[in-house]
Amino acid sequence: MWRKVLFTVIFLCFLALMALFGYALKRDPSLVTSPLIGKPVPDFSLPLLSDPNRTIGKPDLLGTPYLLNVWASWCAACRTEHPLLVQLARQNLVPIHGLNYRDTREDAQSWLERYGNPYDVVAFDEKGALGLDLGVYGAPETFLVDRNNVIVYKQVGPITEKVWVDVLYPKLVELQKPGQ
Amino acid sequence: MIVELGHLALILAFCAALVQAVPPLIGAHTNRPQWMALAFPAARWQFVFLLTAFACLAWAFLQKDFSVLYVAKNANSSLPWYYRLSAVWGAHEGSLLLWALILGGWTLAVSFLSRSLPFSFTARVLAVLGLISMGFLMFMLFTSNPFERLLPGAPDGQDLNPLLQDIGLIIHPPILYMGYVGLSVPFAFAIAGLLEGRLFSAWTRWTRPWTLVAWSFLTTGIALGSWWAYYELGWGGWWFWDPVENASFMPWLLTTALLHSLAVTEQRQAFQAWTLLLSIFAFSLSLLGTFLVRSGVLVSVHAFANDPARGIFILCFLAAVIGGALLLFAWRAGKVLSIGRFEVVSRETALLFNNIFLVFAAAMVLFGTIYPIIHVAMGMGSMSVGRPYFDLMFTVLMTPLLLLLGFGPVLRWKEDSLKQLLLRLYKTIAIAVVLGTAFALLAFAPRSLGVALSLSLALWVIGGSIYSIKTRLRNRRDLKSVLLSQPRSYYGMLLAHLGVGIFVIGVSVAVVYEQHEDVRLDVGESQQLGPYRFMFSDLEELHGPNYEAQRATIDIYKGERQVARLFPEKRSYDGGGNPMTEAGIDGGLIRDLYVSLGEPVGDNAWLMRLHYKPFIRWVWFGALLMALGGVISALDRRYRRTVEAKATVKGRAHVA
Amino acid sequence: MTRKFTKWPVLMVLLLLGSAGAQDHAVLEFSHPEYKERYNNLINQLRCLVCQNQTIADSHAELALDLRKRVYEMIEQGASDRDVIDFMAQRYGDFVLYNPPLKPSTMLLWFAPFIAIGVGSVALLLYIVRRNRQTAPAAEVSESIRRRVEELRGRQQARPSKQGSKQ
Repeated sequence: MWRKVLFTVIFLCFLALMALFGYALKRDPSLVTSPLIGKPVPDFSLPLLSDPNRTIGKPDLLGTPYLLNVWASWCAACRTEHPLLVQLARQNLVPIHGLNYRDTREDAQSWLERYGNPYDVVAFDEKGALGLDLGVYGAPETFLVDRNNVIVYKQVGPITEKVWVDVLYPKLVELQKPGQ
Repeated sequence: MIVELGHLALILAFCAALVQAVPPLIGAHTNRPQWMALAFPAARWQFVFLLTAFACLAWAFLQKDFSVLYVAKNANSSLPWYYRLSAVWGAHEGSLLLWALILGGWTLAVSFLSRSLPFSFTARVLAVLGLISMGFLMFMLFTSNPFERLLPGAPDGQDLNPLLQDIGLIIHPPILYMGYVGLSVPFAFAIAGLLEGRLFSAWTRWTRPWTLVAWSFLTTGIALGSWWAYYELGWGGWWFWDPVENASFMPWLLTTALLHSLAVTEQRQAFQAWTLLLSIFAFSLSLLGTFLVRSGVLVSVHAFANDPARGIFILCFLAAVIGGALLLFAWRAGKVLSIGRFEVVSRETALLFNNIFLVFAAAMVLFGTIYPIIHVAMGMGSMSVGRPYFDLMFTVLMTPLLLLLGFGPVLRWKEDSLKQLLLRLYKTIAIAVVLGTAFALLAFAPRSLGVALSLSLALWVIGGSIYSIKTRLRNRRDLKSVLLSQPRSYYGMLLAHLGVGIFVIGVSVAVVYEQHEDVRLDVGESQQLGPYRFMFSDLEELHGPNYEAQRATIDIYKGERQVARLFPEKRSYDGGGNPMTEAGIDGGLIRDLYVSLGEPVGDNAWLMRLHYKPFIRWVWFGALLMALGGVISALDRRYRRTVEAKATVKGRAHVA
Repeated sequence: MTRKFTKWPVLMVLLLLGSAGAQDHAVLEFSHPEYKERYNNLINQLRCLVCQNQTIADSHAELALDLRKRVYEMIEQGASDRDVIDFMAQRYGDFVLYNPPLKPSTMLLWFAPFIAIGVGSVALLLYIVRRNRQTAPAAEVSESIRRRVEELRGRQQARPSKQGSKQ
């Protein structure tokens, strides 16, 4: 009797393992989930990219849902998502704020001149301090933040049409509903 | 042309495998000897075709045929010929071909060396091996064809990853695969036994040498991988509990359990179900390793870059093989079950617990490796399970095993008395503890109780083996004849257990007492590390066959005396890619001195990492002793005595 | 066995590493000797998110450099080991910890092996003891004879042309 029980347990474990692997095949194993989902944006105070004498902080972003896009001039993948961001900015669907990550002013500004500037404001994070507090580990990364400065979603990697249509836009619509 | 020939050879190999698998299985079931007989020539043809395909791929590499996609991705014209040859198995498609070829080789060996086994049984074994071959050949033909063309051909190839341009690539994968693939033989034997519906008494005697040889290869392959990582990667590490390392370690643990289970089944006709199940699981984990490396499911330094479509194929294959085997076991195992009678204190019990610990260790490694996936699947986010977990868990699980290892060779079969046992062994235990603790506390600083414990355990393992020799020599006057008359498997066991003891000593001392230092040195400066002074004497530039290098000369002194001169390098390969570091190592019996270059800073200054690693070579030496023990056991005469034995049995039966 | 560089940032970071000076790799000065030991201990437990197969101690990625620097600063400012680990986990999640934290979601990971082996060993011992009580030693004698007979019969089946032997 106990042998049958033992064998059934082993067989069930085997089935569970196969199912687990089936699930794992659909996932990118190097993708790290962010622990900041549902948590507020960390406090920060960074100079603007456009004007080193002015700073921007958390309170400046409060009040309306926005996208915080982490980018840099040295990042090739940022170039692939940039046209989409420029288009979104033109459509005025959502404010897009930029976080220029570990870059130089000249390179960043000329990059924006060349490829377009979809950002309302760009914070200049030369040392990557805010990046570290946000758990940034590469570029581009984009955070969807609600009107209370709480992070709702993190996109690792470039925003593609698919990502926008399937994930970001529906979430954004939810956040923009009155009474959220 | 040659490339297309290779492709054709693969297709023909698949046809041969089909003939090797299907008619013999049906024939065995319906008692048609001619159908069963097809397995033998089919096995031989399959090997011929596989060898042809492999030769064609090797030819493409040697001829620098960059119109073959696989060649273009893994070699370029400045790659030396010996690396071009080993690049054949340097990436996914080619290494699959190597897998299939080695499987063909083992199958061929079984077809030649199984004359005295029952005919239907051998036919079934070959058929099962043929089914596995079919799986791998289909995988290659449908998803991973090494002969795929790149049209128009590339002017030159990408380079072979510089990490792989090393002798390690030439030997580690083939030897490791000999182990992985070799496990398919006991697997096939188990399946055939289940299909036959009985385990005839010689089954164990036939399975054991195959398993021993496969195990020895696997042990050597893993040890080589560890050693290669040590000197090639430049961080001085030799085991990372990386998912793919774990994937090779799990079948090793299970095969070790299988070997011990076979020993019991052979001697005492007990544990038969256990042996069957272990045979199935050992190979299953070997296949699982294949899945983990090639599916992209886990992040690993070993992972072949892959797409999930391939992963789905292997997963289905894996599920079919393991699921099928388990169901067959459930259905048929009732017919072969038997557990002989033995007391709680007996060698059988010790071996049973030995197996339990090994199996649970393997399960723990599997659990830890896949836990991050489970965690994410349950919606709880990403996490990691790394060295701290595995080190702790493995040490805890292995400690009782090491305790048992000392008793094992001394315990009597079937029944022993605990009191008698302790009376016989208390001196050995005392010596082990005293020597181990004394050595640990006197030879090393700062003092570590953990090392004292591990050394005592290791000496106990060795001591138990020595005591068992003593027992056999007792009351015999002619030492030499007694020693010569012991079966080789006895010496194999002693050697393997000695290897375990040496391995444990190596690991405990190296892990606790290794030192390393990151320093910035200018030419002419030196740094003290432990009793050694490392002096950065010189820096020069070097041109290799396909790389440029900066080479440092490091002189190492102990007191006033120079003990070593090392030449660590930093290489930039022509084919591009990251700069590679070649460590400078002075290896010794009781310590290694190791230097790897980091980054240049300033004109002549370099950041570098210096290591002092005591007893590190004992780790690999212990593993090699284990492998040697396995080989010696496999050469035991009783495995070749079948013909004589049967004659004797027949004679006796007539007399009775 | 090509290294799996699926992460574009890795390439970017390594490119940057080539161009940037390696000043941050400079050897660190510690105000207390045990700080150095704690630092080494910590950086060997934290996982690099860029080169995900390495600890931040071994990785050359910029992020690893940043994190090592932060660990150093935190220790020098008086943070405890726990503080450093919590800091990293709050930002990067448990992925960054090679030593899995003890939480409800990892209880199974940490305890299942011990429980399994404890239960398994006890169950096995009980099984052996109980089995020995049930089967009388005499039964085994007939069992071995029965098996012998089976075996001889089996040999006959394998070679149908041979005549049977006397028993």
